[in-house]
Amino acid sequence: MQRMALSFPEEVLEHVFSFIRSERDRNVISLVCKSWYEIERWCRWRVFIGNCYAVSPMMVIKRFPEVRSISLKGKPHFADFNLVPEGWGGFVCPWIGAIAKAYPWLEEIRLKRMVITDESLELIARSFKNFKVLVLSSCEGFSTDGLAAIAANCRNLRELDLRESEVDDRNGHWLSHFPDSYTSLVSLNISCLGSEVSLSALERLIGRCPNLQTLRLNRAVPLDRLANLLARTPQLIEFGTGAYSSEIRPEVFSKLSGALSGCKQLRSLSGFWDVLPSYLPAIYPICSRLTSLNLSYATIQSLDLIKLVSQCHNLQRLWVLDYIEDAGLDALAVSCKDLRELRVFPSDPFALEPNVTLTEHGLVSVSEGCPKLQSVLYFCRQMSNAALITIARNRPNMTRFRLCIIEPRTPDYLTLQPLDAGFGAVVEYCKDLRRLSLSGLLTDRVFEYIGTYGKKLEMLSVAFAGDSDLGLHHILSGCDNLRKLEIRDCPFGDKALLANAAKLETMRSLWMSSCLVSYGACKLLGHKMPRLNVEVIDERGPPDSRPESCPVEKLYIYRTIAGPRLDMPDFVWTMEDDSEFRIS
Amino acid sequence: MSSPENQPQDAAVELNFNDTELTLGLPGAAKTGSKREFSHTLEASSTSAKSPAQKAQVVGWPPVRASRKSVMKKCKYVKVAVDGAPYLRKVDLEMYQSYDQLLSSLETMFTCLTIWNDLNQKNCERGKNNNGGEYVPTYEDKDGDWMMVGDVPWNMFVESCKRIRLMMSSEEATTGFGARRGSSE
Repeated sequence: MQRMALSFPEEVLEHVFSFIRSERDRNVISLVCKSWYEIERWCRWRVFIGNCYAVSPMMVIKRFPEVRSISLKGKPHFADFNLVPEGWGGFVCPWIGAIAKAYPWLEEIRLKRMVITDESLELIARSFKNFKVLVLSSCEGFSTDGLAAIAANCRNLRELDLRESEVDDRNGHWLSHFPDSYTSLVSLNISCLGSEVSLSALERLIGRCPNLQTLRLNRAVPLDRLANLLARTPQLIEFGTGAYSSEIRPEVFSKLSGALSGCKQLRSLSGFWDVLPSYLPAIYPICSRLTSLNLSYATIQSLDLIKLVSQCHNLQRLWVLDYIEDAGLDALAVSCKDLRELRVFPSDPFALEPNVTLTEHGLVSVSEGCPKLQSVLYFCRQMSNAALITIARNRPNMTRFRLCIIEPRTPDYLTLQPLDAGFGAVVEYCKDLRRLSLSGLLTDRVFEYIGTYGKKLEMLSVAFAGDSDLGLHHILSGCDNLRKLEIRDCPFGDKALLANAAKLETMRSLWMSSCLVSYGACKLLGHKMPRLNVEVIDERGPPDSRPESCPVEKLYIYRTIAGPRLDMPDFVWTMEDDSEFRIS
Repeated sequence: MSSPENQPQDAAVELNFNDTELTLGLPGAAKTGSKREFSHTLEASSTSAKSPAQKAQVVGWPPVRASRKSVMKKCKYVKVAVDGAPYLRKVDLEMYQSYDQLLSSLETMFTCLTIWNDLNQKNCERGKNNNGGEYVPTYEDKDGDWMMVGDVPWNMFVESCKRIRLMMSSEEATTGFGARRGSSE
């Protein structure tokens, strides 16, 4: 092995490297020289693969022989909104098969938007003796039988988190498969499950796990059982209720309130389906300790929300429905000076007329009153350039800004102008902006601003915006740090894409659907760029049954060193670099 | 059997239970509907909804996850008992828009049962039970009375139903339906 003349011994370097936790820093270290590459790869413990098709399991295993923790992401983000047809991909089975053999000491698997089967879960349960963490975020393809295998076999399991996954929920018996000797649970999130788990099994389980910090129950757990559960786990830090309603019984209320107060470390609450407002005061005694509150399923009205948030002086994160209204956001701005993240979801996204008084005023209020606000997701029905400019000026520390004006192409409601200037101000003033989602009426102008100012932008979501290829060209040529770009229903075509082909290799992925990119351009791009997979998704049938100039339905382009993938369904075509397409 | 998306959302007065006749068969995995199917159903039923304030929807817009779309919908789980079955099931009545959908879903859930005999050729006295006569769907309402499923508009049924029982109609014939009525007033 080559060594630099003045280098430290390997062991020392390895020790130094062990303090470098971030994957990006690790990647940079490995590029310094060959010997550092070698040393680093032998002590890389944690691998994050943002696109499971960018690299093959064998490549990962070959380079990093000592991995203990693996994270994989599969489907594109727009899969969350049903834009990616079922069966598209993201199958984790080949990965599990490979790592089961290669990493017997693997401890953690974190998957997002992937398809995982019960067989894979069973293989995980059998293969890794020291398995500790399983996080399945927005995953699908498995049932509670697979969970039973995990529960029964993973003696050292600490974390089981099924957040927002779609589980074939056969029954609640899987939870009873945790043996009586099992005591190591730290985090359990079953909020996505539909059926009832055995409450007595749950009580016994959490009662014997003294290190439990996070417990997120599902809707089916009734309110009147919560007090008993909480009484067994007073060290809890994060708690998610089930359905938050019950016949009004004073003893239920007081027991619940007492149990919540008894959890002195409790900082985060969620759940709150089917809320009966009379039970909300049960949480008042602990409001001042809360740093995170997820009320995004709670159909409670503004007044109740105001009473609640006004007591949460230490709140850092709030997820809530638009029932909070402008008045509630005013109260938030006054009471919650430590707020960092706000997400306001629509209670009735498909209604034509607003059902609540939530406008741009609420967001402006919060931007004024909360100096640490840096992450926003906001659904509303009206916006103005003036408001956006005010928000941007108030909060130059904004890092994530996602605005969804519900009706596509809605102009500034005061001036009827496009919202170019408003979003332009956001990218101009918020110099550390990493994530941006646009909405409303927007011309190519806004993309010029984004290309000019959005130098730190890493992820951009665009819908129903722009006039021409120039818009796309501004983004691709201007945003130096762009990693993920997702576009739908925009008049962007071939020119900008082909002119900026090289840029695509510097990004993780590009999604374009209902745009104007032709099949011919896709073929050309695939031909020119062997290190990109250019995948055409078209449910109308083979693209070559239509003229080459015909726009494709959907396009997903990503950089890869693994070549074209082999698991495509019959509505996906990879543009080969010898310019022939392959039917899978 | 027509798919749920095509069912009109009207008060179910004429019920045809032919489609819901329980038959022998392998226990099917009751498919609870993929993300895509759910939202497709939701969007289809929304466009046929009576309210003009709902508009035709663009796929995937606004960008709200399927689990959030149903936030306004309440959840109403009721127990379902089938005579002779070893265990009960629970269904969320809010998941359905009509009696047909509910009953066909129940059929799927209970197809593994093999308890039916062929004694029952009698029709229910109300004339609504037109199937082979194997079962009569009944429910307990808020007053504690046992009622025939299908008499009242669907929404009213959802509101008042506390539990469902699929009765063996031979039992119904011998005990008399009247004897089932609760006496609590």
